[in-house]
Amino acid sequence: MTRRALSSTLFWIVLAAFIGWDWSKSPPVDVRQEPPLVAAGSGQAVSGGHCSLAR
Amino acid sequence: MEPTLVASESARTDSPKGWHRLPLAAALVAFFVLLLWFVALRQAVLFAVGIGMGAALAGARFGFTTGWRQLVEDRDPRGTVGQLLLLGLAATLSMPLLASYPELQAALGPPSISLLLGAFVFGLAMQISDGCGSGTLYKAGLGVPLNMGILPLFALGSFLGSAHLDRWLALGEIAPVSFVQSWGAGSALAATWIALIAVGVGVRLWAGWGRDWIARRWVWGAVALAVLAALNLTIAGQPWGVVYGFGLWAAKLAQATGSFDAAGNAFWSQAGNAQRLSQSLLLDVTSITNIGILGGALWIAARRREASARPLSARQWLIGLLAGFVLGYSSRMAFGCNIGAMLSGVSTGSLHGWIWMPVAFAGTLIGVRLRRRFGF
Repeated sequence: MTRRALSSTLFWIVLAAFIGWDWSKSPPVDVRQEPPLVAAGSGQAVSGGHCSLAR
Repeated sequence: MEPTLVASESARTDSPKGWHRLPLAAALVAFFVLLLWFVALRQAVLFAVGIGMGAALAGARFGFTTGWRQLVEDRDPRGTVGQLLLLGLAATLSMPLLASYPELQAALGPPSISLLLGAFVFGLAMQISDGCGSGTLYKAGLGVPLNMGILPLFALGSFLGSAHLDRWLALGEIAPVSFVQSWGAGSALAATWIALIAVGVGVRLWAGWGRDWIARRWVWGAVALAVLAALNLTIAGQPWGVVYGFGLWAAKLAQATGSFDAAGNAFWSQAGNAQRLSQSLLLDVTSITNIGILGGALWIAARRREASARPLSARQWLIGLLAGFVLGYSSRMAFGCNIGAMLSGVSTGSLHGWIWMPVAFAGTLIGVRLRRRFGF
């Protein structure tokens, strides 16, 4: 395994560990309150964060 | 010269067989199914959109940073023209959507002192770190060492920038301006195309008439990314963004270590931000597309046999990593990076996108000189 492949593998292991850690400490997802598949036409206000938001 | 990426691009060859990508394909499909089963169908589909974004960015080598640098240093307009085409196509798809569906949100950042300072510094730093928000992501996915190292520092900078945002805004701001709301979608779109063509003419005059100004990879990259950006808007209800997700990841870590009190911070105590901080990042729209972009770029990387890049000196590593931190911090001051502010801002009719673009380009003029000075 090349050094670059090794560092890439390490990068993905750390990322996967972070996602797993976050999942384990977060409250369970209520799949019955799932957001609509397509926001356009759903009539529901968007709840996501975006980098253009000042507040 | 790009020591970490071009060296590998120039020597890359496509693998004759794709069988070795099967484990990667299985991992991506497995993550899609996990999202589908345990989180939400929308998040699974957004992950797929993110994979497409990463594959398009890496496959077309659609680098915003490189395109600007080639325009400045080589008078090569092809990358910048590709970016202008992307902005126009994305606006053509997005503005009618925003006008038709009031629940969809535009990328509306406030014109402010913070925006001016942040965009300038971002444009400068992205030349040193050799990647903007999307560039850092897709190059990290491709396995470029500097960009993999930059990613966590970008996240830290993005988090700290958001935590200090109220102080930067106190320097002076006006309310966000939406051209779609003010003029209607048709007029806003016409004005956007006229402005983009005017910029294109300026680029053409700078580059000279004898040069090629369209390249196939920039065109297909622009078309693919415009469609995917519109899909993101349609599904998520908000434009494509990158840096919010980074800041959220670092904020979660800071909170977990007890070094950050979100309840006492102006930005992270806001209801929406506090909610995203407390729930799984797999429910966050931007985080999911970011993970997808990394996966899509990895998919492209697995198809190529890369030659090893020219190694960086310890000094170059230090400067590159510092630039990555500054990149993250300034992207929050500027209300987005090339994606969240420039692409999403311009294509959804936000004035702040049109302020971001020339100011960041002014920063790039300094950045390319500093890049040369540091021997990148």
